[in-house]
Amino acid sequence: MDPLLNSADVPVKNQNPGQVIEISHLRKGFDIQEVLKDVSLKLSNGENLAVLGKSGSGKSVLIKCIVRLFSPDFGTIKVLGKDVNTLNSEDLGELRKKIGFLFQSGALYDSMTVRQNLEFPLRRIRRNLSQKEIVEKVMEALENVGLSDAYNKMPSQLSGGMRKRISLARTIVVDPLIMLYDEPTTGLDPVTSDEISLLINDIQKKYKTSSIIITHDIECARNTANRLIMLHDGEVYKDGTLKEFEDSSDTLIRSFFK
Amino acid sequence: MDKNHPVIIVKNLAKQQSIKISEKAIAKTADAHNLLTDIADFFLFLSQTCKELFSRNFEFREFLHQSFQIGYKSVPLISVTGFIMGLVLTIQARPSLVHFGAVSLLPGMVAVSLIREMGPVITALICAGKIGSGMGAELGSMKVTEQIDAMEVSSTNPMKFLVVTRVLAATLMIPVLVLYADALGLFGSWAGSNIKGDVSFVLFCSQAFSHLEFIDFIPAVIKTFFFGAVIGLVGCYKGYTAGRGTESVGIAANSAVVLSSLLVIIVDLIAVQITDLL
Repeated sequence: MDPLLNSADVPVKNQNPGQVIEISHLRKGFDIQEVLKDVSLKLSNGENLAVLGKSGSGKSVLIKCIVRLFSPDFGTIKVLGKDVNTLNSEDLGELRKKIGFLFQSGALYDSMTVRQNLEFPLRRIRRNLSQKEIVEKVMEALENVGLSDAYNKMPSQLSGGMRKRISLARTIVVDPLIMLYDEPTTGLDPVTSDEISLLINDIQKKYKTSSIIITHDIECARNTANRLIMLHDGEVYKDGTLKEFEDSSDTLIRSFFK
Repeated sequence: MDKNHPVIIVKNLAKQQSIKISEKAIAKTADAHNLLTDIADFFLFLSQTCKELFSRNFEFREFLHQSFQIGYKSVPLISVTGFIMGLVLTIQARPSLVHFGAVSLLPGMVAVSLIREMGPVITALICAGKIGSGMGAELGSMKVTEQIDAMEVSSTNPMKFLVVTRVLAATLMIPVLVLYADALGLFGSWAGSNIKGDVSFVLFCSQAFSHLEFIDFIPAVIKTFFFGAVIGLVGCYKGYTAGRGTESVGIAANSAVVLSSLLVIIVDLIAVQITDLL
């Protein structure tokens, strides 16, 4: 196993001021459809990067390639200096421990309570924790998302916004270095969407994470991102700051910001 | 589409040779390719399950949980089925045996047919319906709602946590359920014998077991382990490889039942042939 990745149970915050994720010339297709044609991007340490794009533009595929839920057809993805595609399963597991992934659907385990949902990754990633420490971590994560009273509820008893928050708590409970958000505000009302955006900012400040936020909700991107990228036709269409996007006269970009 | 896909190869070859191939033939090629790919995927799934079974960090708590779900929660269904199986077999066979004046052979005949064939196969088919469909639907729904992906990114091997535990629990619990169904079947048979006759339970059992030999019992028990493995594997495979839409959950559950029932019958045929050679 790679000794650099084997930081055992307590993740060490990335001290490298450089890039935490570097993707170059990524291509990924499914059967007849080529979803990502040539995507290159970099995520700096401590940065919140929003990836915009229409539905089906390959945004979710992009972040699933980062954690190797999908294997790219071509190109390289380096996360914390490691080429994700060449890692063996053990090293990949170690790397994944440093990445939090918020799924579009929340992906809470239906058969487990909220507490068990949060304990599940914690028991596997932070194996040295005692039961008392686990309970404390779970309560802390739940308090951070403002849902400490949902401790013993089942996911089916929660609203859409609450499920998203619990899912967020489940990802931060293991202290990730990198957060990947897949459509964090999709299907939520504007008030709850703003609350989730605030949570993303709070998490970034508190846990010093670097994040990629996949969204087509421009308000979410406005509230959370330091930098934006727009994907179109499987390629990076524009990369810039929020101001550059807002000042752009490009029709496609304007259609998002109107 | 991948240039190595058989449909593309066939199309290119036809183009090179200036041969006209009908759309129907191309569709058949695609179907054949899908079938062979599915079979290959199943065997890959099987080999991965075996590999994970013998690797470190066995998920023992989840295995116990699944054993409880598969074993204990099937007890009411298997009780009713087993009892009725013995009862019906007795009621159906009795008139013929009375006709030949061989009613005293009834307990032995029922015991042999229950233990050698009826008990294992009917219990396995019921388990294929209950357990196979449950696994297919549960894992399929986990796939659709990205729970399996969530498990994978939180450094948990879903094959080990979800598949190995379920397959092993099914493999070990179904033989227990079959033995239980056999016992209740004999009890049902005794109850059936008493509808039109009067025989004590001790006498019934003594007559039943006097016709049973070791060779009746052992192969029947051994094959139930294979039934359990088949039901667990097919249920997990169909659920784990379900598509992304909600429709695929129903398809996974349905095809898990159909395929596992079919494979139970095929495994039974093979087991009977092997037993016959002994």
